[in-house]
Amino acid sequence: MFVWLIWAAAALAFTFCFFKNREKTASSLRVSLKFLRSMALPTLLIIWTIGFVLGLLPTEVISRTIGREAGFMGVALAAVVGSIVLIQAFIAFPLAGSLLREGANVSAVAAFVTTLVMVGIVTLPLEAKCFGKKFAFWRNFLSFLFALMIALIMGAVLK
Amino acid sequence: MKKVPKVLFFLIGLLVAQLLLAFYYPLRAREILLTSKTYLLEMLSILPPILILVGLFEVWVPKSVITRLLGIASGWKGVAVAVLTGTAGMGPLYVAFPIGVSLLNKGASLFNVAIFLCVWASIKIPMVLFEVKFLGAEFALLRLALTVPAILLIAALLNTFRLNTSRIQGNL
Repeated sequence: MFVWLIWAAAALAFTFCFFKNREKTASSLRVSLKFLRSMALPTLLIIWTIGFVLGLLPTEVISRTIGREAGFMGVALAAVVGSIVLIQAFIAFPLAGSLLREGANVSAVAAFVTTLVMVGIVTLPLEAKCFGKKFAFWRNFLSFLFALMIALIMGAVLK
Repeated sequence: MKKVPKVLFFLIGLLVAQLLLAFYYPLRAREILLTSKTYLLEMLSILPPILILVGLFEVWVPKSVITRLLGIASGWKGVAVAVLTGTAGMGPLYVAFPIGVSLLNKGASLFNVAIFLCVWASIKIPMVLFEVKFLGAEFALLRLALTVPAILLIAALLNTFRLNTSRIQGNL
């Protein structure tokens, strides 16, 4: 159902743009292809990794480290990992979804996803160069704190 | 070009692990492939329309338009423009850094630029669609609903303390 909606939306948007400006829309397809080429291998890698994680890692390990029994430490761990690693969100969502299904805590998954997109330790030097050290530090630090808050609220709401 | 060999390296590692498993624990190996197949099919079912949307966004909302719109807008309109342009942008956060710098130089407020950066980082329409697909609508929409006020608060705090002191101030 949801998938069909997206297909319909994309088809509609594409048709509309096509009639407005053919060349522009044709070049958008080239952008799509470029994007596909850049993400094909990483996506394959992450999907295969999911297979290994779910196939080899016992469910108890997942629930002990980032499950409900891990409590706040699990959430904090997920937030720290999300802050450090630099993977694109669309690759991370399938992984996060699979962890959620295997018994990870809602809060931990939310913390991971939120810090992943908002906090970037690796890109911090670049951000500091662009906006100043103070700005970069506080933007990331505040994002980290708010990510934890968002995660805890989500854990409380979605049981 | 530099990234590809690294990914390939990991892929070959997985292939070796898969073959070893297939030899010693054939059942486990089969299970791994079946799980991966399920995820691969899920991914493929949603990927083509997302790719089309990504391409359309990139071409129809170019960075120059974002800069022009945000450079002149202010007040609540500025906030709205910052949010909308942030969601339309594509690519990882570090792509947005130079845009943010040129926005500051063009006179956009720090508040709006901070919003723009945070929204660019966390809220993108194709990404929200991905999140709904793999984590569920409840999860994705609740996270979205909590992220928006969080971004406004973060931007307000950053703006209050005028934290871009070291470099940008000299340019302005």
